[in-house]
Amino acid sequence: MTLARRQMLRGGLSVGALTMLTGCDLSDHDSVQRMLAGFSRWNDRVQAALFGQQRLAPTFPEALAVKDFRYNAWYGPNKAPRLDAADYRLLLAGKIANKKPWTVDELYALPQVSQVTRHVCVEGWSMIGKWSGTPLRVFLERIGADTTSRYVGFECADGYYEGIDMPTALHPQTLMAFRLSDEILPTKFGFPFKIRIPTKLGFKNPKFITAIYVTDQQPRGYWTDRGYNWFSGI
Amino acid sequence: MTPILDEQRHPLARRIAHWIMALSILIMIGSGWRIYNASPIFPFTFPEWATLGGDVEWALARHGDPGVATAIAWHFAAMWVLVVSYIFFMLMGVLSGHFWRDFLPVGPRSVMHDMIAALRFRLEHRLGEYNAVQKLAYWGVLALVAVMILSGIAIWKPVQTYPLERLFGGFQGARIVHFIAMAGIVLFLIVHVALTLLVPRTLLAMVAGRATEPRHVVTPGNAR
Repeated sequence: MTLARRQMLRGGLSVGALTMLTGCDLSDHDSVQRMLAGFSRWNDRVQAALFGQQRLAPTFPEALAVKDFRYNAWYGPNKAPRLDAADYRLLLAGKIANKKPWTVDELYALPQVSQVTRHVCVEGWSMIGKWSGTPLRVFLERIGADTTSRYVGFECADGYYEGIDMPTALHPQTLMAFRLSDEILPTKFGFPFKIRIPTKLGFKNPKFITAIYVTDQQPRGYWTDRGYNWFSGI
Repeated sequence: MTPILDEQRHPLARRIAHWIMALSILIMIGSGWRIYNASPIFPFTFPEWATLGGDVEWALARHGDPGVATAIAWHFAAMWVLVVSYIFFMLMGVLSGHFWRDFLPVGPRSVMHDMIAALRFRLEHRLGEYNAVQKLAYWGVLALVAVMILSGIAIWKPVQTYPLERLFGGFQGARIVHFIAMAGIVLFLIVHVALTLLVPRTLLAMVAGRATEPRHVVTPGNAR
């Protein structure tokens, strides 16, 4: 073997070794995380530009809606917060004209629509379900929200928090979902209501909503704070 | 008598595009395997050491996240690098004549002939010349990257690009196509790297831009 050939082989091997080590060594490095966060912000902008305000998520025949929907959270279903319908109040904050809190009865009396759409999880699985409720747009207009603001944020009874861009909040398929499979939203799925957004990944669909606020500052998100992309449109 | 010198040349732009594509594909594969593990579509997962996305225990302890967030961040960062370098490589290959000159013609007969010769270890490699199997492999991997990008867009944006998803037979179909194209690319990489190590001068050419080798004496027995 010539010296050149030996050096080439050694070079090839160290390239291989480098790629093997990348996983453990580089990913958790601060500068790498900053670089990835930079790409993530760029992806936020691209996704906002790609988002079609009137482009609808595909809807499916009702027969395809899964009755026994998959439960998904970082805690078990028996740990899900049980909200008492009698005590519950939805709080409103930020750039909203009428901040009067809402009871469950008042919420459930809002005009409602149904949708059979697909929930897509960031992990890759997807499931079709039937949700019914009030378009968030209808609610925002009713409470006099300033829809020229940039974001809508949500606080949840399980400590979760999320936020979405205003174009998505005003999208016709973005719902305050009161029912899943025609039944009042069960506790583990977010009673008294969840935000259902078929144009976003599953984790942007918060449950157990206790407060809604309208703001120009990008709201933080539970999983976004843990490294996931903020916009997470699909 | 001076021996004939076989020569392989790679212009700087091609080398840069090649190595940037190579690096971004490795990142896409490593991070993709970690994402796959979060919700496998086949009854197996990839060993964690082979995946990209940082220390899982650390992510779990700090974030309650099984190391998927960083894998997705890698995937959605490297995808831009891959798409840009791929488009650049394709445009350059077409416009410079490199593809037409070196990757064509490639017919079923020459592929069969060279494949049989290769399997009998009778296929001679001559620097700067591509045999039929090689030509087919390069077309194949370039096509697979295109399939990868399209199925990737269908998975990334199944609502905004819905018709694309239907082309792959639905969301799950796009995931399966994305996986199979990955497997094809990995297979290519294994063969590509193994052959490079067998004929290291080709690697020298892709690094330094030029490699030469005196032509092997062609005897009637191994003439092509």
